[in-house]
Amino acid sequence: MSATAATSTYTPVERKQGSLKRERRWAMIGAYIALAVFVVFFMMPPFHMLMTSLKSSGEIADLSGNPWLVSAPTLQNYWELMTEGNYLIHFRNSIIVTACTVAITMVISTLAAFALARMKFWGSTTLATGVFLTYLVPETLLFIPMFQIIGGLGLYNNLWAMVLIFPTMTVPFCTWIMIGYFASIPKELDEAALIDGAGHLQMLWKIFIPVALPGILAAMIFAFTVSWAAFIYPIAFLVSSDQMVLTVGIVSDLIRADTFQWGKIMAGALMAALPPLLVYAFLMDYYIAGLTAGATKG
Amino acid sequence: MSQGTLSSPVAPAVVSPQSTLRRLARRNSTVAFLLTLPLILLVLGLVVYPFFYALYLATLNKRMTRFIGWDNFTFLFGRQTFWDVVFQSVLFAVSAVVLKALIGFILAHVLHALPAKGQRKWRGMLLVPWVIPPAISTLAWWWLFDPSYSAFNWALMGIGVDPVPWLGTSGWARFSVILVNVWYGSPFFMIMYLAALKSVPDQLYEAAAIDGATGWQKLRFVTFPMMRNIISITVLFSLIVTFANFDIVRILTNGGPLDSTHVFATYAFQVGIQSGDIPLGATISLFMFPLLAVFAIFILRGVNRRNKEMA
Repeated sequence: MSATAATSTYTPVERKQGSLKRERRWAMIGAYIALAVFVVFFMMPPFHMLMTSLKSSGEIADLSGNPWLVSAPTLQNYWELMTEGNYLIHFRNSIIVTACTVAITMVISTLAAFALARMKFWGSTTLATGVFLTYLVPETLLFIPMFQIIGGLGLYNNLWAMVLIFPTMTVPFCTWIMIGYFASIPKELDEAALIDGAGHLQMLWKIFIPVALPGILAAMIFAFTVSWAAFIYPIAFLVSSDQMVLTVGIVSDLIRADTFQWGKIMAGALMAALPPLLVYAFLMDYYIAGLTAGATKG
Repeated sequence: MSQGTLSSPVAPAVVSPQSTLRRLARRNSTVAFLLTLPLILLVLGLVVYPFFYALYLATLNKRMTRFIGWDNFTFLFGRQTFWDVVFQSVLFAVSAVVLKALIGFILAHVLHALPAKGQRKWRGMLLVPWVIPPAISTLAWWWLFDPSYSAFNWALMGIGVDPVPWLGTSGWARFSVILVNVWYGSPFFMIMYLAALKSVPDQLYEAAAIDGATGWQKLRFVTFPMMRNIISITVLFSLIVTFANFDIVRILTNGGPLDSTHVFATYAFQVGIQSGDIPLGATISLFMFPLLAVFAIFILRGVNRRNKEMA
């Protein structure tokens, strides 16, 4: 009786496992096909960008060739960007603005996050919520009054106006994720520091920053990405080529009336995309941690 | 003070720790205030003030010399272009977000099913669209959509399909801006969902399997409920960002053909900055606010609920 019961329960399980395995294999094949389709879709524009950037203008204009491949690769577009025109100035401007924005952002948001995560003071929770709400305000809502304000300050068409405005896009989110990182540091650590007679700033500098370094790195990467990619403020406030950053400079300099220098546009765009891509390639985990923490932790 | 407590009898000794504590608290809050001061100044000066300034600007006439009350608003209500912009903004945001959520969900599931070793490599490639600044990658799309040199049309001709006027007609232009936005935003959904999927405990699936659940049932009764919160936060957040999108539309079509692809931001830019009617431009961008505020309230609720769950 017990033996038959055992066999009768045993066989279906085995059959089910076999079918599970087969099901799994088909699922895997399907998964790889789906992935391949999407990788092709996602990589198509950057790939085409690379191909176009390697072509001479003659080859681009030739309609009989295959637009997806390059027959006579040349670095002439890159060379011309480097030697003539304002491309290097735009690149330098982007670096200046981004470096300043990241530095300002990190100082403001580290200090504020430390206070908001550790010191309960009047209005601290309201302020934390307010910071989150500010993060949800898109810059497209504020660029017109900002245009007037920047004009009033005499900073219209000035690179430094960007340094003043960009922190509004980066500080709220960076503060928000750093509150999360700082709050996860065990309280025992600050108690130990207090007993050893550390002041607040010492505690921040010697304990919080080293312990929360991954979070700080993630916030820095976020600030870098946002200010490198910023578009609406530069296009609204910067009009002369020597003040422009990369995102607007490429289009405004390489399109003259109806002549589109596509080879150079693509070469310039590719080089402009390189810094974020490199940061991403080397620090992918921090990059992803920073962005997902914003929504999962808070 | 400390000497005083040492020499004095019991009663002051009880009081003084309290008063020092109180003083410490006072000092703490002063320090905290100083530490948050730069943040407060930034938010007040460059977010809150511009917002109220926009409200003020919206009540002025074009030369900004005269108060005209609601005239900018009523003027917009009477214009067909404005209603086209409203329609297109909603169409653009809703369809792009639905597609992004769907693609992101599929990709996250597929990635989650892969062995851990291969996952990283695939994930790395799938995130590329989202890492390239959209103002830069849209240039590549623009070139792909070029009327005479379109590489897409070349490929379509290869399989015998007529060339498509990607940015030339209203319908296709609307499709193209949504396509580019989906291309840019899907990886974000994928990575959010992947993080959420990884946090669903395996035991739940095992329990479901023991109860004889099919794959669909596991998805419906285990995965969805566990991910509901993160899905709603991501969707709402993406609705805000997509609704307020500027760079993709501005570069690809600049609102054309016949203003059919304008969204609030690009229309406000055209009217306010390019045509120089700053009050009207401010009015247009203010129309985004009520909708965004509703989304923001829902996000905040979701975030708070999630915090409570985690605490």
